[in-house]
Amino acid sequence: MTRRSVTNVVMLTLTGACALLTVSVMFYILGYLAWHGASALSWNFFTKLPAPVNVPGGGMANAIVGSAKLLLLACCIGVPVGILAGIYLSEFAGHTIASVLRFTVDLLNGVPSIVIGIFAYTVIVLPMHTFSTLAGGFALGIMMIPISVRSTEEYLRAVPSSLREASLALGAARWATITRVVVPAAFRGILTGVMLALARVAGETAPLIFTAFGNNSWSHGWSQPTASLPFMIYTYAVSPYDDWHRQAWAAGLVLVTLVLLVNIVTRLALARKMPLSR
Amino acid sequence: MTTTDLAAPAGNGFTGVWRRLRNFDLGDSVAYSITLLAGTGIFILVGVLLVELWLNSRLARHEFGWKFLFTSIWDPIAQHFGALPFLYGTLVTSLLALIIAIPLGLGTAIFLVELVPAWLSDWLAFIIDLLAAVPSVVYGLLGIFVLVPIIRSGVEPFLQSTLGSLPLFQGPAYGFGFLAAGVVLGIMVVPFIVSVSREVLLAVPQEQREAALSLGATQWEAASQVVVPYARSGIFGSIFLALARALGETMAVTMVIGNDPSIHTSLFASGYSIAAVIANEFAEATSTLYIHVLIELGLILFGLTFILNALARLLILATVRRGTVRP
Repeated sequence: MTRRSVTNVVMLTLTGACALLTVSVMFYILGYLAWHGASALSWNFFTKLPAPVNVPGGGMANAIVGSAKLLLLACCIGVPVGILAGIYLSEFAGHTIASVLRFTVDLLNGVPSIVIGIFAYTVIVLPMHTFSTLAGGFALGIMMIPISVRSTEEYLRAVPSSLREASLALGAARWATITRVVVPAAFRGILTGVMLALARVAGETAPLIFTAFGNNSWSHGWSQPTASLPFMIYTYAVSPYDDWHRQAWAAGLVLVTLVLLVNIVTRLALARKMPLSR
Repeated sequence: MTTTDLAAPAGNGFTGVWRRLRNFDLGDSVAYSITLLAGTGIFILVGVLLVELWLNSRLARHEFGWKFLFTSIWDPIAQHFGALPFLYGTLVTSLLALIIAIPLGLGTAIFLVELVPAWLSDWLAFIIDLLAAVPSVVYGLLGIFVLVPIIRSGVEPFLQSTLGSLPLFQGPAYGFGFLAAGVVLGIMVVPFIVSVSREVLLAVPQEQREAALSLGATQWEAASQVVVPYARSGIFGSIFLALARALGETMAVTMVIGNDPSIHTSLFASGYSIAAVIANEFAEATSTLYIHVLIELGLILFGLTFILNALARLLILATVRRGTVRP
């Protein structure tokens, strides 16, 4: 073999090694989480409040409910704004406005999550003088907007224009065309976009540290600090107690399972051929 | 003709509004207004975000001015604040991350595009994309309990015994520090480099490869001397994108960097990053000046990531356009 073909084989093998390494990191993470998390996972984890150090049988029920409330609130803010702005971009906006808006959305998407947290702090926590579910949900809601906008726009654009024309030709007004024809045709795509956005913010911790803060007990209503799964993982992981570390592994396993499940299901659903919209 | 042309309102600006009023198609006006409201809402949101950051950092800006960026004292009790240790930490960890992620990500992308069949490439890319979906706090968790022990007992003693004469690899091996943070960040940004690089490499016209191969180049030579240079601006774009992610990444870094606001040459030493100091000290900041200092750090972070993101998008756009439009 010549030197060139040796180089060829060596370098191509190296790229293969890179790919193998990158892919195996994913399986390593999953395996490690399953190994450590599953042993700490029990019924108590889902039903009990956090226990003090050295008291066995504590759980994270309040954090699970807290995360659910935060995500519900985030959806209430992020989904309508995201979908409506996506419809605006795809169906109404002129070229210039559309590109400026798209750029702004990308800009918002690139803002570090901790900065979004600062924003929610100055707009909601400071006036209310307390950490709250509301502030945390607001921060997460803002983070959902960019992904929802872009995916909504993308899937609305994929709807063939012949569908719009047919509807308009039958005498339907544009709003009727959008709500009865275009959006239903792209519904599955829009839904997966929203689910991916939700999965992304579900694991966010940084914007919650000084908005939702944390809570060792139940959080009632929307104006009290609340526990959440990601924040619990953080506080338990950096604590010095073995017991809490085990709980953090369990919480990590639950969180990653949920997030990856949503990702896998929605992406596979997208990969299948979609009637009408693809 | 694209769908927007068809669906765009008849005329923009004043004439468009006038026509809508005259025809009195109420439903359309309502639909238009509601969606416009959402679009405008996003502009306003970003505007308010900037104004809030600017206003709520005014005390810090007035007190320290530009000197803030070049001062390395961080003493919350005496109310002396300088951003240098955090800028340094953010920079060092992000660069380390790139040193790890660029070869790994680029190698993976070349492998996925040039060597494996499309279906396998799609599946592997899918799995790598999932890496980006893992929450950063989980990376932090794995960082503390898996990576830090490995670095403390394996990597750092090894580096010290081989390259210990360099100032970069000196001092006691704690595990927590710049090195651990850089490695975690590197793993976290690899998926961004892979997915964008793969996309721009796929956009390189097949003729380019065929021309190189027909001239007798080996597969590696075609990839490294023709395909990659052709897509280089897009690859740079992916690197900027990864850098922007690394700069703003908070939780994983906070959990493994050691949180010590001082500047050390050694990568084994503990440090701090902009995002980490905000995450750690914001909720406990006692004075308004302290809060304003932390918000100014947030503003700096915002500025840095904004510039990098804008550059990245321009570069990626340029490459993908050039690749898809066949000459």
